[in-house]
Amino acid sequence: MDLYEHQGKDLFRRYGVPTTPPGGVATTSGEAEALARDAGGPAVVKAQVLTGGRGKAGGVTLADGPDQARDAAAAMLGMDISGHTVGRVLVEPASDIDDEYYLSILTDRVSKGYKVIASVEGGVDIETVNREQPEKVVQVDLDPTVGLDRRRALDIVERAGLPPAAADQAADLLVTLQEGFVDADATLFEINPLALTTDGRVIALDAKVSIDSSALFRQPELAELADTSADDPLEARAKEHGLQYVKLDGDIGVLGNGAGRVMATLDVVSEAGGRPADFLDVGGGAAAETMAASLSLVLSDERVTSVLVNIFGGITRCDLIAEGVLDALGELGDVPQRLVVRLDGTNAEEGRRILSEAGHPNVEPAEKMLDAARRAVELAGRRSQT
Amino acid sequence: MSILIDEGTRVVVQGIGRQGTFHARRNAGYGTRVVAGAHPRKGGTTWEELDVPVYAKVSEAVSAEGANTSMIMVPAPFTKDAILEAADAGVGTIVCITEGVPVHDMAEVYNTLYPRRADGGHDKRGRPVLIGPNCPGAISPGKANVGIIPGEITVPGDVGLVSRSGTLTYQIMHELHLAGVGVSTCVGIGGDPVVGSDFLDVIERLAEDPDTAGVVFVGEIGGTEEQRVGRWIAEHIPDTPVVAYVAGFSAPPGRQMGHAGAIVKEGGGGGETAADKKAELEELGIAVGTNPSHTAELMIERLDR
Repeated sequence: MDLYEHQGKDLFRRYGVPTTPPGGVATTSGEAEALARDAGGPAVVKAQVLTGGRGKAGGVTLADGPDQARDAAAAMLGMDISGHTVGRVLVEPASDIDDEYYLSILTDRVSKGYKVIASVEGGVDIETVNREQPEKVVQVDLDPTVGLDRRRALDIVERAGLPPAAADQAADLLVTLQEGFVDADATLFEINPLALTTDGRVIALDAKVSIDSSALFRQPELAELADTSADDPLEARAKEHGLQYVKLDGDIGVLGNGAGRVMATLDVVSEAGGRPADFLDVGGGAAAETMAASLSLVLSDERVTSVLVNIFGGITRCDLIAEGVLDALGELGDVPQRLVVRLDGTNAEEGRRILSEAGHPNVEPAEKMLDAARRAVELAGRRSQT
Repeated sequence: MSILIDEGTRVVVQGIGRQGTFHARRNAGYGTRVVAGAHPRKGGTTWEELDVPVYAKVSEAVSAEGANTSMIMVPAPFTKDAILEAADAGVGTIVCITEGVPVHDMAEVYNTLYPRRADGGHDKRGRPVLIGPNCPGAISPGKANVGIIPGEITVPGDVGLVSRSGTLTYQIMHELHLAGVGVSTCVGIGGDPVVGSDFLDVIERLAEDPDTAGVVFVGEIGGTEEQRVGRWIAEHIPDTPVVAYVAGFSAPPGRQMGHAGAIVKEGGGGGETAADKKAELEELGIAVGTNPSHTAELMIERLDR
């Protein structure tokens, strides 16, 4: 779960990580104007989006006063940044900056622990710096059972090339940051840039925070921040039913059991020349009820012209799955889309026989994955032409 | 032979609720020796459905019943402690089925089970083997089945399987079976970013197993472990038939595809995509199937069956 910058900064403040003076969030230009007036001097207006490249897209503006802040917010609200629509802006007092660095901590699947990344180059894409000037980037693996003491933190920021004027404060900040990172069940705390202000303070000028969704059961305050309003309505509905759903940009609805299996199904649909509309994992023990909710979700997607159901019967037998599909369609009533249902595994033949004998006008049983995908692509093409 | 679980496997189950009971019964029905349940508040009782004793502590199941393997099905918030308890009790193989375990918990568990060496690697020798979490478990057909893999879809044989994805593995085992090819051991390592055993931990064991003639490994988007596995195979077992499959060619960067670990970072760089993995594996001389059925066909071809 990704947090907006303003939420990330609030989290930093809670842990005592020095950051910008608090501002406010505006959803209209009028609110932005009022917030800039409160700031009582130059203010910075920043688009709140869960993606990078905001600066280049014109999502950050320095405003001399309330009028400029209002105009900046008016320009930003509704703007599209890499497919994300700007719905709110952060307005906060501007900081005078002397120098910019980079600091982050993340969970790392390679070292099975945490990784700290620090650089004297800030405010730019860290991967570009790492590619072009690797000597300016320091990466250190941390053992979660040990953590990070101040001496090690100082060593990291000094090796990253931070000047003496900033190193001491940056080391303190890194120790605090690491403690907060663990406490919040974060997978990423990224500060880019970490700024040295003209009055000699080291502060987080930006905050990019991701929280482990699996840990929200013990992070109730963070769980409340989950931004359901920005979710697609279909994704929100899937969340309600506890389904793993990702919306994609094609027209063939895909559902199956098991994440790997659904990914493989998307691949085969693409191989057959089609474009999947979604990723939907009905889960391992796919009960008839889950099947009904899943089918109804995919079929209610207006973009979907045909559906490929790809189930492997293991413990749940294919004859029961076939009945589940028919029951689900019975409950849904008339639907315009045709379904190709591929059953394999335990009692697959019986499952396919049940589907054939039922003779449902919308359902075609299939045996092989590639054949099933080709048929779904064919049906999608036929329907979108009419 | 087989690896990790076999006729000598004696299972204690941590998490004896509805799910745990359902799957433990299936495992026992397969012929696996399920010898005890463990539950902090039910020690001294009998697990009726399995007709075995329940102990308050895993260590009691080890000393009283000779349990050497644990199957963990406790809810995610309790998984960290359950794994550490099993390890402390001296259980040699810990199979953790639970999904949704926080990554910080797993990082702590991993570094506690496997102490970090000065070179940054982890010492696994002489330490318990952890499989999972968020995995279907392991099966050595005809000998033992620990977890939720449907035993009826496969038969004993000489192909070793290792995979991040349960249902994809089932598909491949099933198709091998239809072609008359059985399995020595199949291990589902799980789809989380931090799991106890990675591909290589399992493949190194399969490579040493005299009764495993070929290996299928099933990867997916996210991370770059598949490439590391490919390099190890090319260097250490170049003559063993190895076939791979990688899921997620059409997965958009930045989106998590079901498994917590199945995500290509935004921008798509760094070898985390399925296309990158396939290309590098093929360059190393490892055949990569275009779909699960094709992968099974490739294995059969390479075994000359």
